[in-house]
Amino acid sequence: MPRETLDRFARMDSPVHRLPAGVKFGVAFGFVVLTLLVPRHAWWVYAVESLLLVAVAVVSRIPPWFLLRRILWLEPVLMGVALLALWQPGGPGLFAALVARSTLCLAGMMLAAATTPFSDTLRLLERLHVPRMLMTTLALTFRYQYLLLDESDRMRRARRSRTFHARRGVEWRMLSTVVAHLFLRSIDRAARIHAAMCARGWRP
Amino acid sequence: MHIPDGFLSPATALVTGGLAAAGLGYALRRARKTLPSSATPLLGLGAAFVFAAQMLNFPVAGGTSGHLIGGVLVAVLLGPMAAVVVMSAVLMLQCFLFADGGVTALGANLFNMAIVAPGVGYAVYRGVRRLFGGLRGRLFATAFAAWLSTVVASVACAGELALSGIVPWRLVLPAMAGVHMLIGVGEALITTLVVAAVVRVRPDLFDPDVERERAPRAGDVAVYGLLVSAGLAVFVAPFASGWPDGLEKVAGVLGFDHHAMTAPLVGAPLPGYGVPGIDSGTLATIVAGLAGTLAAFLASYALARVLAPRERAVETGE
Repeated sequence: MPRETLDRFARMDSPVHRLPAGVKFGVAFGFVVLTLLVPRHAWWVYAVESLLLVAVAVVSRIPPWFLLRRILWLEPVLMGVALLALWQPGGPGLFAALVARSTLCLAGMMLAAATTPFSDTLRLLERLHVPRMLMTTLALTFRYQYLLLDESDRMRRARRSRTFHARRGVEWRMLSTVVAHLFLRSIDRAARIHAAMCARGWRP
Repeated sequence: MHIPDGFLSPATALVTGGLAAAGLGYALRRARKTLPSSATPLLGLGAAFVFAAQMLNFPVAGGTSGHLIGGVLVAVLLGPMAAVVVMSAVLMLQCFLFADGGVTALGANLFNMAIVAPGVGYAVYRGVRRLFGGLRGRLFATAFAAWLSTVVASVACAGELALSGIVPWRLVLPAMAGVHMLIGVGEALITTLVVAAVVRVRPDLFDPDVERERAPRAGDVAVYGLLVSAGLAVFVAPFASGWPDGLEKVAGVLGFDHHAMTAPLVGAPLPGYGVPGIDSGTLATIVAGLAGTLAAFLASYALARVLAPRERAVETGE
């Protein structure tokens, strides 16, 4: 899993960045649905759509390597599923169409996510009447994932500097212990956060 | 197992979306009503924990590595209702923050990995726990539940893909189930090792009273049992029954009949030896699945024995 979240360049300034989150995600979702609804072998539509995406990406001034790397990282999953379609009647054409379609959808959603700070995405979900408890959970998850990642890194580094060379079995037990302690620290932290939230007047 | 955009038919996406919304909505309602207010940050931190745990790479072989998925781990540690919310938060963040899993497939991904995996996993865990007590029983139940939930979730995923008419069922089921039978081994190993480590450090988290608080009520079992079986009935049963009529009927009702799988795509290995009503390809798949499940069951027991060896000696005071 890559650690870099998509909103790394979301705080830049460009015409795309300035659009409200609702517009961006609305357009991206419409783009996905449209792509899925056109006939599978309408290649000219795919061509027009990819030109459109490239144009938006250029205007947004997000480094191309950032977007390309993310797409390439997700492409194997896509290919894996699409490969099975090769055994269908009309396989190769279907395979190519599936890969093209999915990649376009992926790139479209990715552009919307990459130009929107995640806090804005959360606010958008809130306006879409996602239940409050889920919103709080999502916000806390986003806030604390970086912290817990750093914590697990520190734990693993400390453990590594004490272990010269671990065999695979030992490595597995060691990593599991890291996960277990990470869990215990998370629940302790959750208790402290709850106290802090209540102290600031939070009501469930 | 994250389905990207572009692989599900509109009907499949809508049905899975409805099932996922119902399951998640119910879990949220239950969590709000019954859990103490201190549970809200616990759900968020639980999801952040799953995120961080998923980033840890476990070396497998030849430079490859695997990582935890976490559905059963969270269900065992925090309870099944909390696990549904936690895994949903993880999947939604993966969708919106990492573009991992499509937006139109979000419902399907939620259903497979946030409802079926923890739900089936927890049911199996409880079932095995009832038969085998003690620490060894707990680890045995954890290992088998983690393995089986991974496989069942992948079978649901295969059913959704096949019903969308993108990939043939005879190919996607063995491919998905086969790969996830292997992935499940890793998941079972990591989950069991982690649970064993947590028990060692904080046995109080598994006191009978604390555990009763996490356990689902009869109503929860009914709701999730119904949701999961409805999903599996729609996505898997039409293919699992050997009757092409049933398949065609369902395909017709749901509007996929133009994709109907006409010719057998993989030749039957034992032509002429089929059981009436089940062609031999299906039979081979069923036999392979049962054999794999039995092997996983025995391996889980062996793993629990290795991780919890001296229990009897402690009990008899030796």
